[in-house]
Amino acid sequence: MKEKLEQIKNEVLSQVGACNEVDALSEIRVRFLGKKGQLTDILKSMKDVAPEDRPKVGQLVNETRAEIEKVFDEAQKKLEKVLRDAQLKSEVIDVTLPAKRAEVGHRHPNTIAREEVENIFIGMGYEVVEGPEIETDYYNFEALNIPADHPAKDEQDTFYINGEYLLRTQTSGTQVHVMEKGKLPIRMIAPGRVFRSDEVDATHSPSFHQIEGLVIDKHITFADLKGTLGEFAKELFGQDTRVRFRPHHFNFTEPSAEMDVSCFKCGGSGCRFCKGTGWIEILGCGMVHPNVLKMSRIDPEQYSGFAFGIGLERIALLKYEIDDMRLLYENDARFLKQF
Amino acid sequence: MNTALSWIKAYVPDLDVTPQEYLDAMTMTGTKVETFECLDKNLKNIVVGQIKSIERHPDADKLIICQVDVGDKTLQIVTGAPNVNVGDKVPVVLDGGKVAGGHDGGPLPEDGIEIHNGKLRGVESFGMMCSIEELGSDRNFYPEAPENGIYIFPADVKVGADAVEVLGLHDTVFEYEITSNRVDCYSVLGIAREAAATFDKKFVPPTVEVKGNGEDVNKYVSVEVADKDLCTRYCARVVKNIKLAPSPQWMQRRLAASGIRPINNIVDITNYVMEEYGQPMHAFDLDTVEDHKIVVKRAADGDKFVTLDGQERTLDREMLMICDGKKQIGVAGIMGGENSMITDNVSTMLFEAACFNGANIRKSAKRLGLRTDASGKFEKGLDPRNALDAINRACSLIEELGCGEVVSGVVDICEPLPELRKITFCADRINALLGTDVAEADMLKIFDKLELPYEKNGDSYVMTVPSFRQDLEGVADLAEEVARFFGYDKIPSTLPSGEATTGKISFKQRIEQKAAEVAQYCGFSQGMCYSFESPKVFDKLLIPADDKLREAITISNPLGEDFSIMRTISLNGMLTSLSTNYNRRNKNVRLYELANIYLPKSLPLTESPDERMQFTLGFYGDGDFFTMKGVVEEFFESIGMKETVTYDAKAGKTFLHPGRQALIVYNGTVCGYLGEVHPAVCDNYDLGTKTYVAVLDMPSIVPLASFDRKYTGVAKYPSVTRDISMVVPKEIPVGDIEAMIRQRGGKMLESYSLFDIYEGSQIKEGFKSVAYSIAFRASDRTLTDDDVNAAMKKILNGLEGMGIELRQ
Repeated sequence: MKEKLEQIKNEVLSQVGACNEVDALSEIRVRFLGKKGQLTDILKSMKDVAPEDRPKVGQLVNETRAEIEKVFDEAQKKLEKVLRDAQLKSEVIDVTLPAKRAEVGHRHPNTIAREEVENIFIGMGYEVVEGPEIETDYYNFEALNIPADHPAKDEQDTFYINGEYLLRTQTSGTQVHVMEKGKLPIRMIAPGRVFRSDEVDATHSPSFHQIEGLVIDKHITFADLKGTLGEFAKELFGQDTRVRFRPHHFNFTEPSAEMDVSCFKCGGSGCRFCKGTGWIEILGCGMVHPNVLKMSRIDPEQYSGFAFGIGLERIALLKYEIDDMRLLYENDARFLKQF
Repeated sequence: MNTALSWIKAYVPDLDVTPQEYLDAMTMTGTKVETFECLDKNLKNIVVGQIKSIERHPDADKLIICQVDVGDKTLQIVTGAPNVNVGDKVPVVLDGGKVAGGHDGGPLPEDGIEIHNGKLRGVESFGMMCSIEELGSDRNFYPEAPENGIYIFPADVKVGADAVEVLGLHDTVFEYEITSNRVDCYSVLGIAREAAATFDKKFVPPTVEVKGNGEDVNKYVSVEVADKDLCTRYCARVVKNIKLAPSPQWMQRRLAASGIRPINNIVDITNYVMEEYGQPMHAFDLDTVEDHKIVVKRAADGDKFVTLDGQERTLDREMLMICDGKKQIGVAGIMGGENSMITDNVSTMLFEAACFNGANIRKSAKRLGLRTDASGKFEKGLDPRNALDAINRACSLIEELGCGEVVSGVVDICEPLPELRKITFCADRINALLGTDVAEADMLKIFDKLELPYEKNGDSYVMTVPSFRQDLEGVADLAEEVARFFGYDKIPSTLPSGEATTGKISFKQRIEQKAAEVAQYCGFSQGMCYSFESPKVFDKLLIPADDKLREAITISNPLGEDFSIMRTISLNGMLTSLSTNYNRRNKNVRLYELANIYLPKSLPLTESPDERMQFTLGFYGDGDFFTMKGVVEEFFESIGMKETVTYDAKAGKTFLHPGRQALIVYNGTVCGYLGEVHPAVCDNYDLGTKTYVAVLDMPSIVPLASFDRKYTGVAKYPSVTRDISMVVPKEIPVGDIEAMIRQRGGKMLESYSLFDIYEGSQIKEGFKSVAYSIAFRASDRTLTDDDVNAAMKKILNGLEGMGIELRQ
């Protein structure tokens, strides 16, 4: 019996060793391990073995069977691997062939800039509000402390519909709409389209966009204005950005300032981009003028606030190094695709 | 405003700074310096020389050889200049020196021109004699210079002296950007006061003293102001025995630096005082002033008047005029008349310094198309107190420079001067506004420097605001003064404390963001178009003459007809942009825009118009009507509009293909329209390809949208699908078939989809073949055949009722 098992085992080893196809291997397996296989036959002949020898012989048969199965399994794995390797080899591609891209659209650079600015202020607790583009003289000028005879009201700057209605020249009017609602404190920004009668050229457009900001609460200080806009500049232009506030004049703020940021091209050492000054003018700001608060029925003795106005195109042009404002309104796909 | 540093230093004698330091410091205290120009930037090694002898060049007719004494030596210099004589004193640039430009007066090279010893036609020349153009200036500012040739100094100049110094060119000209509130800084004295405060130096304004000749000015002239609303002060003085001559070098140089051409002593003094005090003045030849009387009154409509530039102007009744006893002699605050101007024969002169209404001057100058230095100053609104000071300063200069005899006394017609404003302030309030901790004493020191007087009043102070600082209205303004001189850069940076607020965008803005997102996923890029356009747009879009869309808001002062109406439809911008792309050979362009149209509620406008946000999509290239329809449905689904969108082919849009357009209807609400652009409209926009558009009216959509999401269980029981095939009269849209399936399908109807549509030879004339696959499912059990048959029967009956034949 023992020799017979040994013989079967050797036969398996030699046949499996010579086999190099998966199908042939299964056939061999059936021949030895199948219902009518050689090893199965031996098991069947167990009844001829003396009962006292049966456990020993049984164990021997089982061990042999396990060994043979192991041989088959290993051979199977080996052959499968050869097959897989061949398949993989045949499927090699040139990964440098062109990509198949889903053609997605692109946001306008102005929108990208607007959303960047919006998100910074939303993070600081500001609500984004909107106001009308066709405004009354009161909201665009008078309520912002720009009296009837102010040169800024001169026809050369403002598009008028008639004596009362005009195309807003600034988003600042939205401040007034929000203040009039009387809900305090206020932290808002108002992005939107504004209009000035400037002829179209590389740096001017009769229609452009601003983002107005307004904070009103008790104990708001000029220091708060500096801190807030300094944080904003760092978020927008990078953490190394330095800011500089210069005194300036706007009718609706007092004290007023213009904010410069350190040139993001040269870092402040002076280059052509910043005209050698190391600084780039970014926005106008100031403490809300007491007259403006009073006109919107907010008591300047109790409340104070700051406001700022950012030219969106200026940010977009600077950030994305667009050298001609006219590109923004042409909508050439080759331009838009770059954003 | 441009001013020479030397002029500022005349009133701030201790000022000792580099131009860059000056620029930086002044900018940080609020007097913004845009730029500066060192006049001697490219002038090096130039001395005064005297020509000792002249001989002819042996080999060149047009050249001469001069021996020139330059102080420590005599140099041989060859020149082609025609105007020099022995004994002339001239500027000489030595070997290795630099001049600013060429003798032709062309544009100045950035780094100047270096001069070296050399040979001219074989004769050695050591240096060069210079013309005024080579020194970087011109005859406008050095009227004494010859038209063509070497500049010649007056005889009393020292040989060997620094020629640049003698010419007054060791100076720097600063260009300021003055803010509109600081009327006082449109003057040299105003800037000097700021400079003194900025650098903590003493401010020394000129001392003004007019001796007068003892006569009474009232014997020479009388003044009547008829229109006091436009002229709150009119000061007049008289100068007789006038000796016209060039003004002194220092005055000429300061005017030249401000961009003003020196003319003669009288004109120059007028301009000098205008720059110095910011107060425009005018000089009349008193002998041309009839009745020796000045009357200030409005013109009449249609009056004609010749200004001193020789132009005839047409006046109107809002323009203020200076008149004599009989006629008009000047447009107040803008320009004098030709009939009374100072000529070389003048012997007696009337000086005017007045205070006119700024807004009126601005409007008059605009209507006349004549903005002058004077009107530019008046329109800012001048300090009436300044007029008298200025006229006295002018007369003291007349005496100082010996230009004539000043008649004693001033005719001063003056409305009561407004009382000086008082501002109560305390340091705590200012610190509270600024977020600073500036000591009271330091604040007071700042006010002292700015010549702002105050008095202590209990716990606080009261400032009496001087008339030259009418921009100071309240404590906030004083806080700015403190901030400017304490230093904006020294104010701390903090973040607002107090109640927390929620940062957010509105629901409407969220819907707009979604619209943009979906458009982008579908390959559309965002465009931006103007809000105003041409009224011709309506014709281009084939919009009927009586269509409401033509009722647009008109801009009264547009940039031109092409930008004159506020758009009532967003398609023109879209089609123009697509056309630009098409004609630039860009393939497959897809654009979207999110912007307003403006619909008036009434015309002319008496209430705010309806500003409606339009989501406009347009494309040409790959895709068709149904591609666009897909984008619309993707958008609706993304904003929770998940019910069936229906399409009404009878949209009635004249600018769209009559057979390829539809209104987009959701739950009975028309939300917009889509379609193929009418070929005639494509022609009008030069679009040589099929173009598709969709316009979604966001105010209609926002109330239908929702971001609420509810999960419904994934089905446990299987669905049953039935296919039906029909022969349908051609005119029945599949939308009607689907409506019937929905209506009759009952609760078990899960979905339906069109899988075949065919028209052609196998189908009888006037019909089409349509096939649908309809799926049923119940959430609580497996459907039986009976369930499905019953539901299908209802549907089929309904379809048959529409005249549809079922194919087996």
